[in-house]
Amino acid sequence: MTIVPIIKRDYITKLAEQGKRIDGRSFDQYRNIEIETKVVNKAEGSARVKIGNTQVLVGIKIDLGEPFADSPNMGVLSTAAELIPLASPDFESGPPREDAIELARVVDRGVRESEVVDVEKLVITPGEKVWIVFIDIHILDYDGNLFDAASLGALAALSTTTIPAKRFSEQLPEEYPKEDFPLPMSEPPISCTAVKINDFVLFDSCFDEEIIADARLTVATDPKGDIRAMQKGLSGSFTRDEIQKVIKGALDNGQEIRKQLYQSIGK
Amino acid sequence: MSNEGRQVVIPGQILGETPALRPGRGTFVENKKILAERLGVLNIQDNFVHIIPLKGRYDPVVGDFVIGVVEEASTSNWMVDINAPYPALLHVHEVPWEIEFADTEKYLNTGDTILAKVLSVDESKKLQITLNDRNLFKLKDGHLIEFEPSVYRRIIGKKYSMIEIIQKYTRCRIKVGKNGRIWIDGDAEGIEKVLSAISMIEREAITFGLTDRIEEFLKKDAKDVR
Amino acid sequence: MKSDIELINSEGKRLDGRGPHDLRKIKIEAGGLHRADGSCYLEWGGNKVIAAVYGPREAVPRHTQNPLRAIVQARYNMAAFSVEDRKRPGPDRRSVEISKVISEALEKVILTEQFPRASIDVSIEVLDAEAGTRCAGLTAAAVALVDAGIPMRDIPVACAAGKIGGQVVLDLGKEEDNFGDADLPIAISPRTGEVLLLQMDGHLTFDEFNQAFDLAVKGCHTISEIQKKAIIHKYQSAAAEVQE
Repeated sequence: MTIVPIIKRDYITKLAEQGKRIDGRSFDQYRNIEIETKVVNKAEGSARVKIGNTQVLVGIKIDLGEPFADSPNMGVLSTAAELIPLASPDFESGPPREDAIELARVVDRGVRESEVVDVEKLVITPGEKVWIVFIDIHILDYDGNLFDAASLGALAALSTTTIPAKRFSEQLPEEYPKEDFPLPMSEPPISCTAVKINDFVLFDSCFDEEIIADARLTVATDPKGDIRAMQKGLSGSFTRDEIQKVIKGALDNGQEIRKQLYQSIGK
Repeated sequence: MSNEGRQVVIPGQILGETPALRPGRGTFVENKKILAERLGVLNIQDNFVHIIPLKGRYDPVVGDFVIGVVEEASTSNWMVDINAPYPALLHVHEVPWEIEFADTEKYLNTGDTILAKVLSVDESKKLQITLNDRNLFKLKDGHLIEFEPSVYRRIIGKKYSMIEIIQKYTRCRIKVGKNGRIWIDGDAEGIEKVLSAISMIEREAITFGLTDRIEEFLKKDAKDVR
Repeated sequence: MKSDIELINSEGKRLDGRGPHDLRKIKIEAGGLHRADGSCYLEWGGNKVIAAVYGPREAVPRHTQNPLRAIVQARYNMAAFSVEDRKRPGPDRRSVEISKVISEALEKVILTEQFPRASIDVSIEVLDAEAGTRCAGLTAAAVALVDAGIPMRDIPVACAAGKIGGQVVLDLGKEEDNFGDADLPIAISPRTGEVLLLQMDGHLTFDEFNQAFDLAVKGCHTISEIQKKAIIHKYQSAAAEVQE
């Protein structure tokens, strides 16, 4: 475990008191974002997202399967995240620990609850056969803000995913069209995460900021400006005003990031 | 030597032959040939062939000046992270304070940063450091960053030329640990300039004329330029 | 399971247009990751592999420490999305075996005596798979080790040869691996020719083995040059940029 030197913690806090951050950004500012899609041939959809030095690769695999018993008319979404040892000296190999599980579940909810994937269009035979969409998040380089990088990666990958109906022809009923088709998607909500250090709210934390942060808040907003998902993390607390600040920052940044996402998927 | 900077060598590369040349640091001998054991630049002095490494974790040597971060306080010692493959032990007898039994936490605790010296390294690389010296103490305020340990010499410069230039134009107090850590104290602007200078040195470590270029860069909007 | 596909035609042309002694296209980039001590991104045919090195660092848990030298722990893993039928995340028996043979190969060339009680951790992730991933993985790991400044006797490299349609060929592609007659991945220390990794499955006569082995070694040497160029390019280019 990396011990944070007190000097560093104090320096980051001192800078924050002067309205500054260690890399010169403003509190609301994101690092440089790069989105590249269709990077893995074997995957039905894929995207590589870089936010500053943080790098995440998301791959989408499609399979046939049974729907959940309580939702016979919907396709299935399944999200997993791996904090592989490649990405940080502190990540160990082994079954996913709580960080990886929380990350996967937050991204999953963001996709599922926002209904950005039209799961009703993924039904083949109601109650029997549906398309299953596996979202696998692979963290490659950890420098803070995995939530936003992973969410953005998932959206970019899903937006360029093709359902490989042709490959599964033999297992599909006669009437079902056997051509590949794009995964049916609607306008995605964009997730933005801020951390709190003392009384300061900073967006898109880098590693040094993240490990001294007291609390973290992720807010997903849609193109209309409505809130679609929220998650608070770490053991500190937020005041109501701070929450408002985060929502506002998430709305502003969300719009910008959405523009970039659309550009990268060729919309 | 070419105009493009020093020559990069890679592990297994043949550098010369004995007995005309002799094997120095970072080399090994096989069938009378001297080979590089790691990524670095070639340096031949008095017929000794050395490799100056370009990358690699810090390898502690007795007498090295290091910046450590305390990991844990125990009853009669502290475990300190000195950015080496192994943690270092700081014994209560190696500090300038009189410590009552188990009072170690009062003096140094987890997260404290210290300027220390490597006291001993045994064959299995168990390390001990000391604070027993006027020049060694606990660090307060300022900022702490890490750099590639192999560029330590370039950050110091020939006869301290580089580090003096950096201090002059940024008006910061700087302590450079051989173990790839730097402590900087000054105003935010000055500290930012030091960080930029260090990044530049890391990127251009193998080039010639680096000291002049760093001076040019720092002069650009420095405060009291002569 | 044999198929009726003709893997190599009478003119010696393979399914992807290659001749019997042709390598697939290989691209190697040293570095690329910021947290890792050393890293490498490699593309080999349809394979995409990324390798990262952390270390030397104290080996944990304590009982794994060797008081005389560093232990080398390579972890080969395939991403869930790297194959046609999604693979469940986590190590399976195949990955564990490949991790072991790669660790052993690397241990031979790393100067481990310099770091008693330490561990050199190598992480290999296959992001896109198309036959020959263990060779791609080891080759990338070797570059990542150099990039991390780990002292080594040589830079190891791996390549496979095999037999398809009765003919010995270099660097099996996907269908060739699935439907061919034999597969022989090897890793060598290019400077000395020492064999660090050797596995074989299928059916080869003694002569065919020798042919395949020699072919794989030749392949290794070609790839070794690409590894070296990638490393020099990363480090020498900083110099070139400045002198302009």
